[in-house]
Amino acid sequence: MSLDSHLVVRRKDFTLDIALVADPGEVVALLGPNGAGKTTALRALAGLIGLDDGHVTLDDVRLDRVPTEKRRIGVVFQDYLLFPHLSALDNVAFGPRCRRVPRRLAREQASELLRRVGLADHVRKKPRQLSGGQAQRVALARALAAEPRLLLLDEPLAALDARTRLETRAQLRGHLCSFPGATVLVTHDPLDALMLADRLVVVEEGRVVQTGDAATITAQPRTDYVARLVGLNLYRGRADGTAVAVADDFTLVTATPQRGEVFVAFPPSAVALFPARPEGSPRNTWPATVTMVSRHGDALRVELAGPIPVAADITPAAAVQLDLAPGREVWAALKATEATAYPAAPE
Amino acid sequence: MLPLVGLLVRAPWSTLPKRLADPDIRAALRLSLETATLATLVSLVLGVPLAWVLARTELPGRRFVRALVTVPLVLPPVVGGVALLLVFGRNGLLGRWLDAHFGITLPFTTAGVVVAEAFVAMPFLVISVEGALRGADARYEEAAATLGANRWTAFRRVTLPLVAPGIAAGAVLCWARALGEFGATITFAGNFPGRTQTMPLAVYLALEQDLDAAIVLSLVLLVVSVVILAALRDRWINP
Repeated sequence: MSLDSHLVVRRKDFTLDIALVADPGEVVALLGPNGAGKTTALRALAGLIGLDDGHVTLDDVRLDRVPTEKRRIGVVFQDYLLFPHLSALDNVAFGPRCRRVPRRLAREQASELLRRVGLADHVRKKPRQLSGGQAQRVALARALAAEPRLLLLDEPLAALDARTRLETRAQLRGHLCSFPGATVLVTHDPLDALMLADRLVVVEEGRVVQTGDAATITAQPRTDYVARLVGLNLYRGRADGTAVAVADDFTLVTATPQRGEVFVAFPPSAVALFPARPEGSPRNTWPATVTMVSRHGDALRVELAGPIPVAADITPAAAVQLDLAPGREVWAALKATEATAYPAAPE
Repeated sequence: MLPLVGLLVRAPWSTLPKRLADPDIRAALRLSLETATLATLVSLVLGVPLAWVLARTELPGRRFVRALVTVPLVLPPVVGGVALLLVFGRNGLLGRWLDAHFGITLPFTTAGVVVAEAFVAMPFLVISVEGALRGADARYEEAAATLGANRWTAFRRVTLPLVAPGIAAGAVLCWARALGEFGATITFAGNFPGRTQTMPLAVYLALEQDLDAAIVLSLVLLVVSVVILAALRDRWINP
C-alpha cells in the first residue's frame, strides 16, 4: 500500500507542485507554515479537489480520475467533521455501512474500534457531548473503520488544548504504528511532525523545500522557516575549507570543511556576548547591536544586528552583567566547533 | 390581526353548528386539506432535489433557474393559472400530448387543483430548503465521500438529516400557501363543488350569495390552518 504522487494544483495566485511518496506503514509529515499548500495537497490526494497536472498512484493503480468515494483514502479532518446527528458508534459504522456491511456487523466493528481507541463508554454519545480529545479519537476510528489504503490527517492535534494534546499525541503515535498502510500527516507544529512521523516533507509556498528524517532536518535546516522551527541560526554562503563567506566581507570559521555553496547552522546557545572584543582563543568574533531581548525558557533570547543577523541565548546573570538593552553595542563570539557547514545543493 | 378580529366579531355564532354540519362545507374542507397535502408532497419530491442542485452544484444557468423558481412568488396567481392552462390545457403544449397518449386531462380536475397549488406553493419550499442547504456545511458531504459514500448516500444519510428542520419549515410554509391558494386554482381547475372547489373558492362563491356562510367558511379555514401550523411549528421548527 505505497503512495506515489505528484500533485499540481494551480490557483490564481498560488501553485502547488509537490511530489509525495510514502511506503506501507510509513508516516510522512507535511510540515509548513500556514498557506503553504499542505491542506490543498491533502485534499488533492483525497480527490476532494482535482489535479491540474501530475498523478496519484496507490499500489500501482492510478487514482487521479477516481472519485473520492472509490479511492479508499481515509481522512481525519482538522475539525473532525463528525456527523452531528449520529452517535459516536454510528459515525464509526458509517464507512462499513457504505460498503454494504450489514448494520449489526458494522456496529460490532465500530464498537470494537471505539474500544481500541479507549472510548468503549462513549459509543452512544453524540459528537457535541464529546470532548475535543474524544472527538479526535472518534474521527480516527471512523477513518480507520472504512479500511483505508492510505490515511490522511489534517492538523490532527491543532484543535486540542496543550494537555490533551500531549496525551492524544502519544496515543495517536501508537495507532499510526499499527496502521498497515501509508499515512500522510499535515501539520504546522514541528513537535507533532517530529514525534509522529518517520519522515518529514517541508513545504513552503507550494513547493517542497526539504525532506528527511527528524535528525537530518533538525541538524541541517535548509530554509529560514525550518531553521526557526528547530531553533537554529542559519546562513548561506560560499565555503573554502573551514572558512565560509556568509556576507560581504564577513567569514565564519566552521568545524566542517566544505567547498562551494553551503549552509552554516549553529544554535543560539553557541553564541557568547562580551562587552569588549574578547582576546585569545581562535573564535569567530564580530561587533553587533542588540535589537531585542526576550525570555526564552530559562535563558534570554537576544536578537542582534551586525554583519549577520544572529539570535543568541544567554543567562539572565550574563545579561545583567552586560547591561543588555536594545541599542547596546556588544561583541559576539562563536566557537568554530559549534558551527556546522553542509552543502546547499539538495542531496 | 384586526381582520381576524373582525371575522370573529361578525361570526353568526347562533347558527354556527348547523352551518358547520353542511356537507358542502365538509367536502370543501376535506378537498382543501387533501389537495394542499398532495401539493406539498409533490413539491417535496420535485423541490428538494431542485434546491440541492441550486445550492450544491455549479450547473450552468443556475441563476436563471433560481430566478425562474421564484417567478410564481411575484406572478399574480391568476396569471399562473392562465399559464398552466396554456401548458396543460386540452390544446396546450403538454396537455395535447398528455391527452393523446395517456388520456390525461388536468384542467378542471382534482389533479388540476394539486398542480395549481404546487405551482404557486413550491417556491416557498425550494427557497427554504436551498437556504438550509447553503447553511449546512458542505464539508460533511466531503467527509462522507472519504468514507465511501456516493453522492446519493451522502445526501440521504448526512445532508438530509442536517437540513431536516429547514425542509420541515419549507413544507409547512408550502402547505399553508397551498391551503390558501385561490387565483391559480379557480383559473386552472375551475370551481366545481366536491371536485375542485376548495375552501377559498367556496368562501368566494358564498360571498356573493350569503355573507354569513362566507364568514363561517373563513372561520373554519382560519381555525384549521392555525391549529395545524401551531402543531407543526412546535414539533419541527422549534425542537
